[in-house]
Amino acid sequence: MTPVLEARNLKRDYHIPGSLLKKAKTVHAVKGVSFKVEQGKTLSIVGESGCGKSTLARMVTMIDPVTSGEMLIDGQKVDIVAEPLSSDMRSKVQIVFQNPYGSLNPRKKIGDILTEPLIINTKIPAAERRDRAMAMLKKVGLEEKHYSRYPHMFSGGQRQRVAIARALMLNPRLLVLDEPVSALDLSVQAQVLNLLADLQEEFHLTYVFISHDLSVVRHISDDVMVMYFGEAVEYGSRDQVFGDPQHSYTKTLFAATPRVDVEAIKARLERRKRA
Amino acid sequence: MSLLEIQNLVVEFQTASGPFRAVDGVSLKVDEGEVLAIVGESGSGKSVSMLAAMGLLPWTAKVTADKLTFYGRDMQSMSDAERRKIIGKEISMIFQEPVASLNPCFTVGYQIEEVLRVHTDLDRKARRARAIELFQLVGIPNPEERLGHYPHQMSGGQCQRVMIATALACNPKLLIADEPTTALDVTIQKQILDLLMKLQAEHGMGLIMITHDMGVVAETADRVIVQYKGRKIEEADVLSLFENPKSVYTKALLSALPENAVGGRLPTITEKLTDQQIFEGAVR
Amino acid sequence: MTAIESKAVDPKVAEAKAPPSGLSEFWFYFSRNKGAVIGLVVFLIILFVAIFAPIVAPHSPSVQNRDMLLMPPVWQAGGSWGHILGTDAVGRDILSRLIYGARFSLFIGLVVVTLSVISGVLIGLVAGYFRGRVDTFIMRIMDIILAFPSLLLALVLVAVLGPGLLNAMIAISLVNQPHFVRLTRAAVMTERTKDYVVGSKVAGAGTLRLMFLTILPNCLAPLIVQATLAFSAAILDAAALGFLGMGAQPPTPEWGTMLAEAREFIQRAWWVVTFPGLAILITVLAINLMGDGLRDALDPKLKRS
Repeated sequence: MTPVLEARNLKRDYHIPGSLLKKAKTVHAVKGVSFKVEQGKTLSIVGESGCGKSTLARMVTMIDPVTSGEMLIDGQKVDIVAEPLSSDMRSKVQIVFQNPYGSLNPRKKIGDILTEPLIINTKIPAAERRDRAMAMLKKVGLEEKHYSRYPHMFSGGQRQRVAIARALMLNPRLLVLDEPVSALDLSVQAQVLNLLADLQEEFHLTYVFISHDLSVVRHISDDVMVMYFGEAVEYGSRDQVFGDPQHSYTKTLFAATPRVDVEAIKARLERRKRA
Repeated sequence: MSLLEIQNLVVEFQTASGPFRAVDGVSLKVDEGEVLAIVGESGSGKSVSMLAAMGLLPWTAKVTADKLTFYGRDMQSMSDAERRKIIGKEISMIFQEPVASLNPCFTVGYQIEEVLRVHTDLDRKARRARAIELFQLVGIPNPEERLGHYPHQMSGGQCQRVMIATALACNPKLLIADEPTTALDVTIQKQILDLLMKLQAEHGMGLIMITHDMGVVAETADRVIVQYKGRKIEEADVLSLFENPKSVYTKALLSALPENAVGGRLPTITEKLTDQQIFEGAVR
Repeated sequence: MTAIESKAVDPKVAEAKAPPSGLSEFWFYFSRNKGAVIGLVVFLIILFVAIFAPIVAPHSPSVQNRDMLLMPPVWQAGGSWGHILGTDAVGRDILSRLIYGARFSLFIGLVVVTLSVISGVLIGLVAGYFRGRVDTFIMRIMDIILAFPSLLLALVLVAVLGPGLLNAMIAISLVNQPHFVRLTRAAVMTERTKDYVVGSKVAGAGTLRLMFLTILPNCLAPLIVQATLAFSAAILDAAALGFLGMGAQPPTPEWGTMLAEAREFIQRAWWVVTFPGLAILITVLAINLMGDGLRDALDPKLKRS
């Protein structure tokens, strides 16, 4: 079976033009990353700010072009510089952003936000568009009455549900989730993670899950890739990476993650008493 | 003697849809050398209650409390000038966005010396020496050189260290940290938390840690207050809170931690709880 | 415990406390600014008077009464209730002329703002969306226009096009338009990189759709504020051009033109000069106060709490 997404030695450089005082320079944001994701699986990309994980997300979503390397979606090579994207290809990959407050157009009703992708890419008549949007709203746990409301009337978690619904309107194969739960409260985070798991099962979706939160990654992933300064320093199945991290950076990352189990708290209080 | 004592604090905001009660009858007490974590989700009023105690809220807010004392001194009847003398010197605060909390127009050295100039009677030379000492204390390498840097020349973690140095400038008795590591990466968060805990232990300060992150609570707190929609839901020492949470809400919250389930579904009890159930299940 | 029970969440109350509609929220912030409300009331009165000028005005604005030249206002010796604000040098009723003049002023404001908003927003949208060379080219032209003193430029344009109300309006629109270009460009540049725009792009939205349907509606708040201020500026500029003889031509009862006609009577008949001047002052002040209130209500940066 061909993987839904395959990347071979992906690179992305940014050119910063020089000025009178500064020389022009090139920033290597992503320095040759290879990975593949099978249908229905979740690949998590972990790293700290500036490690290139968001640049990678933008390349996979075909927002930014690839500097070098190959990207295959459903076995088809994608190059947005060489030829404009067909709407068929466009529909295959959709994205959900981190900040639910910035990712919905504040001047549009939820219904218009949901039907927009259909208006652009398909010739489905208005009545059916509406039905589909309604159905999708229910699927993500919202109600029909929310159809004609504006984004500011929703909480962060509800907005993220709308953002997920919008991404799913075109029946994509691959969903890029760029820190989708980082801005949410703990209890809402759990709800959205559950929703994502349910949707994955129902639509056989493939996820590329970008995050800095190891506990969330551990919960949701099949495979994990750790990025550090544009390079993939660790790549393997979840149990491999969490069970036996190889790279020193991965180990540092694990050690820095706060632990909430009772034993860890006891040990800390003990240390504090002694000090 | 307790450092800060607040009883029945109520904060109301005037908004377009009428008065909004952001904090509803919160009471708390911090002792010297104690780390108190106030944990809650957005809208729980955790930051607002502290800002209100400091008198730092805009004019649209109405603050009332049965008791609001710092070291036994009544903060409510105090004049603004007197309160200013306490805030920044004996109580200081650090915020979530370290880069935004520093003035981009001045060097970090100028900003830390400014605090010293206002609150102490050190002369210029002594202020400089103290600033260098503080930078060393918070682990900024080459303090002499770093003092001449502007905030934009430093990383987020470094800026937070500068903020901590500034907050510690006058040896405060109480430090209020409002989500101090939320904007930082995990490895930097670890460093900053370790630094805060080290300084807290060395100086015997009281520390109020406002956070939404259960991990931060587990790593720092002695005692924890859980807030929801402006009300106190539970107060307990950190071990018993994690080991044996009493209130419905805290139980639900802890069960939603992704750490507690690998794969499969997370329990989402809070979704089914009404506000009333949460408030009735409160343990105070 | 009793406190909790008494405050038990009643679903009806919760529904009523749902986020307020855009309009009521707008009015809440707007009405906080007392000056703005006064400005709005004054503006509405002027608007009413202008619309119903034939009914409200006691006399025709152009009928000359040879028996009553330069008659003082009613409270001065020699005044009469027939002409409350007195008459001018050819015996026309000043109050009636002012009332009809309000029509011209508001009309000028409306046309100028419409012209400069439409052209300014279009140009600014293009500059802010495409950036690069297009942006540089457009913005340098705007800088050149802004480098001239605005009234002087308007004067030159009217001199070229020929004096008259229509040409004056075109000239003033051109002078006003760079402000809209800059404002739109700045707003578009901040909106352009936001996630919802990228999201629309990922959904396949084309350039025109992104520009007009996605980005533009989110840039309107500062433009509305600027439009009110431009409205008053246009009235002021038109009056200035009229005063200099380059705008509306006599006997049109335009306020600036009235001032110009009355220049020679400053010493003898103060009312002929004072009332048109006051009319301009009050109108411009009212609109500016209103603009301030609009800014308070629409600009999220200034929103309190």
